[in-house]
Amino acid sequence: MFKKLILGAAAIVAAGSMQVTTASAEDSLYIPSLTYRTGPYAGNGTPFANGYADYFNMLNARDGGIGGVKIVVEECETGYNSQKGVECYESTKGKGPLAYSPLSTGITLQLIPKAAVDKIPVFSMGYGLSAAAVGESFPWIFNYPTTYWSQLSAILKYIDSKEGIKGKKIGFIYLDAGYGKEPIPLLDKLSESMGFTVAKFPVAGKEMQNQASHWLNVRKERPDWMIMWGWGAMNSTAIKEAVKIRFPLDHFIGNWWSGGDADLGPVGKAGKGYLAANFSGLGTDFPAVQDIIKHVVDAGNSLVKDKSEVGHVLYNRGMFNAVVLAEAIAAAQKATGKKVITGEDMRVGLESFDLSEARLKELGLEGFTAPIKASCKDHEGGGSIFIQQWNGSAWEKVTDSITPMTDVVRPLLEEAAKNYVADKPEWKTQTCS
Amino acid sequence: MFYREAGQYKTNYKDDLATFPILQDRIAIGIYLVIAFVAIPIFGNDFFINSMMIPFLIFTLAAIGLNILTGYTGQLSLGTGAFMGVGAYACYKMTTIFPDINIIILVVLSGVFSAGIGAIFGLPSLRIKGFYLVVTTLAAQFFLEWCFIRIPWLYNYNISGAIEVPQREIMGVIITGASASPTARYLVVLSVVVVMTWIASNIIQGRIGRSWMMIRDMDIAAELMGVRPLQAKLSAFAVSSFYCGVAGAMMVFFWLGAAEVESFDVNQSFRILFMVVLGGLGSLVGCYMGAAFIWMLPIMITIAPSIFGLDINAATVEHINFMMIGGLIIFFLIMEPHGLARLWSLAKQKLRVWPFPY
Amino acid sequence: MELLYNIFIDPFVQMGAMPDFLLQVLWEGFVSGILYALLALGFVLIFKASGVFNFAQGIMVVFSALSLVSLYAAGVPAYIALALAILIMAALAVTIERVVLRHLVNQDDIILFMATIGLSYFLIGFGELIFGGEPKAMITEELGLPTGSTTFDIFDGILILQHIDIAAAVIAAILVAVLAIFFSKTRIGRGLRAVADDHQAALSVGISLNQIWAIVWFASGIVALATGIMWGAKSDVSFALQIVALKALPVLILGGFTSVPGAIVGGLIIGFGEKLFEVYWGGLLGGGVEGWFAYVIALIFLLFRPQGLFGEKIIERV
Repeated sequence: MFKKLILGAAAIVAAGSMQVTTASAEDSLYIPSLTYRTGPYAGNGTPFANGYADYFNMLNARDGGIGGVKIVVEECETGYNSQKGVECYESTKGKGPLAYSPLSTGITLQLIPKAAVDKIPVFSMGYGLSAAAVGESFPWIFNYPTTYWSQLSAILKYIDSKEGIKGKKIGFIYLDAGYGKEPIPLLDKLSESMGFTVAKFPVAGKEMQNQASHWLNVRKERPDWMIMWGWGAMNSTAIKEAVKIRFPLDHFIGNWWSGGDADLGPVGKAGKGYLAANFSGLGTDFPAVQDIIKHVVDAGNSLVKDKSEVGHVLYNRGMFNAVVLAEAIAAAQKATGKKVITGEDMRVGLESFDLSEARLKELGLEGFTAPIKASCKDHEGGGSIFIQQWNGSAWEKVTDSITPMTDVVRPLLEEAAKNYVADKPEWKTQTCS
Repeated sequence: MFYREAGQYKTNYKDDLATFPILQDRIAIGIYLVIAFVAIPIFGNDFFINSMMIPFLIFTLAAIGLNILTGYTGQLSLGTGAFMGVGAYACYKMTTIFPDINIIILVVLSGVFSAGIGAIFGLPSLRIKGFYLVVTTLAAQFFLEWCFIRIPWLYNYNISGAIEVPQREIMGVIITGASASPTARYLVVLSVVVVMTWIASNIIQGRIGRSWMMIRDMDIAAELMGVRPLQAKLSAFAVSSFYCGVAGAMMVFFWLGAAEVESFDVNQSFRILFMVVLGGLGSLVGCYMGAAFIWMLPIMITIAPSIFGLDINAATVEHINFMMIGGLIIFFLIMEPHGLARLWSLAKQKLRVWPFPY
Repeated sequence: MELLYNIFIDPFVQMGAMPDFLLQVLWEGFVSGILYALLALGFVLIFKASGVFNFAQGIMVVFSALSLVSLYAAGVPAYIALALAILIMAALAVTIERVVLRHLVNQDDIILFMATIGLSYFLIGFGELIFGGEPKAMITEELGLPTGSTTFDIFDGILILQHIDIAAAVIAAILVAVLAIFFSKTRIGRGLRAVADDHQAALSVGISLNQIWAIVWFASGIVALATGIMWGAKSDVSFALQIVALKALPVLILGGFTSVPGAIVGGLIIGFGEKLFEVYWGGLLGGGVEGWFAYVIALIFLLFRPQGLFGEKIIERV
């Protein structure tokens, strides 16, 4: 009986997937969007997913797609859960997806080995496995415009430029999971060469909103600067606790997942002065963003609840994710001469990715981000970030692009990549000329 | 009409105690096995095998594990996720230390580790039960989660704190890692689950299983009749954790491919508990039904609107899914506390007298 | 040797060296303790009257706080929003009693417990559907709660007291006092105690079980709202908050499932213990021990005094 149910279910699934295939595969560019509009991190996932979808929809409405081919974006809800993520991957991979942006370190780690086998590139924009920046070892993985390690080195450079980092004590508060722990090896390494000391404060996922004792420890350790690798509800709680212990907020820097409008909104005026790293432009003063408002938001085709959400940090970042994919699609179309491309073509497009100042201007995104230039070797493409500051009600850009310490980070990335590949004899690498 | 046992005589005690006393049941089981082992690998597409059958089977095994503890022995546990984690990390450690040993042997061996850990955390059950025991299993859950993060040796000092499944093969066929075909992984999982279900069914019907049920029904009476609570309870914890451990190892090795602590969190424990409750406490068939139901329902809800041409966004579907699972749990607890398994046996009962129910 | 020093001597040396900091740790412990006690209080009320271990208390905290914040965001003045939120909790209590509890009378405790897990899943989905999943700011100032802080100079150092924390302690105290008066002085309160003592006897003297249940669920809904406001003011109002509610379990073990004073004392013990342990000993274990510390304390406690500090001794022993 229940077997019959399963078979019946299978029939439904088959019918369902067939239906979608006929609608999309032949004459369109299929982009799956793994979202998390639910669960404990929904506040961050929702604007990102909106920006991502809206940009593609804008291209469809304004230009009729890319190279005259419509883009089909299909959302699949993961709830930031890696099991759901794998399910989403399996359910969409048969429809000819061009690339995946998993939006979660856990899901990215699961997709990395699958990417080479299924020949679908993974574009983990500034998250996931830092080592994937090494193109020789990870031909199918891209993490433009930067990695966690590059970001950390840039943040440390910023601190150094402010008041000299030598002899200072840096506090590192992080979500106690793969994501938060990723930069620790680099932090330890740089503390020797740059001459600062480190105090670490892990925050367990369950304790995200219960950080009183972590900040008591901060008060005990008395660090000069704090760096945060937080996510979701952890961010606003941390900033509130920092205010509580009178930690100077202009000495408290979050990474680019700790500096969204959803994080600072609940803190409000009290969070004035807090710093965060970012790599995507702020606000709506870009022609491309205006086009989104005109063609998508005003036309009622966006999922944003309120027009004011357009231009928020994570909305713009989701849009930036879409920009990179759209540019890669265009590059792939040019390289292969085909209109409708496959995941393999997409890889070529991503690898020859070149987002110059001139191109940014053409796109209507002048000054939105630092130029990105990729190569077969370099799947990171620059690694620059800037620092933004919360003025009590909105973010303001306070620095120009800060380049990472490539000379220190790159050898470490290569070593990490080598370690990753070492125990996998079947791993497919590529050689770059 | 077709489903009745008229003319099937039991001529000795052995027949009377058989697991499937009715011929039609035995035929049905045969058909199911043929479907599972032959038809699905041939006709099923990748998505069906990968995202429906494999997780369904793995969760079934975990549900059997929890059902042994909760359904048969009456000890509620919320630590299932962590015990699955113990199995997964143990298997990962063993296969990276001894890469040449057959991975299936290691998967089964990893169950031994979680059995040991499970027995240790089962010790408080000798003094307490009910909600108090729930708290000790939650303590196990949170403490083990912390260990999975804080003991880098467990994940070979991986920078991301994750375990990544290396490629392993048996008899020339790749069965783990990204290159393994879904069919190969499916057949391995299916074989393990079928064999372990068969073993579980024998344990439950045997002396040990009956002592568990006596403890569940009335512990003091059981003790008077010569059942030792120490042995019975600890063996239930050990066997249960063994099953969960094997399920956890298979989950990472044959399904996910890589895992962080998050895969073994308390929500996983809840999900398995829901499977057991909906499927039916104290029923092995129920484990299959519960796992199928809880795992497939969200997929159905996701797919159904698109078939009918409705455009509901993914997030709303997820919200409705939560509401439906919660509502169904309450509904089943009110209407049929013995779960889907009970409905199934009622249906069989009806079928027996059909079409003349007089 | 060094390890022994680090465990037994060094923490106390640190405490002595920075007495102002020790005071701050104790204060934070006290504040967390109050919040844990409030969480546990919601559980105790329901458990006492109906024998249901209400797993959904955590989501009720989130749900009530979200109703309040969303109503305010929709343009309702803060105090009216508060009143409406209380009404929503009342409606929720009546609905739960009608739809769920009434049909599960006389079932096993475990069945009821699992029904509340189902309930909490339902409320998560329902809440996200109507309120949206993004975190929201608690309307602290609008409700007239203080937001500043006061600094005391003591022992050559400073002690920072947040006004909101003081307010939390005061509100918790008022809430407990009101509940105590309600239980001992009113007719319904006496009915509640009668039901808690013996369901059947209470029924036989004409106390309506259904009514009493709806009332206790409502009372714990109000406690949930208070908890939600306080916790929301500390961080923000989001669905992640319901995970924190699991902390109430060890508090209950410590204090006993049926005792209101137990919930308060248990909450304080866990609050103090956790902060002291994390700050002075946590470093030895790599930090982040808070997640399980309370449970381990509860576990040890269970082995020696299973009924808790103030619980009744009728616990089922094996």
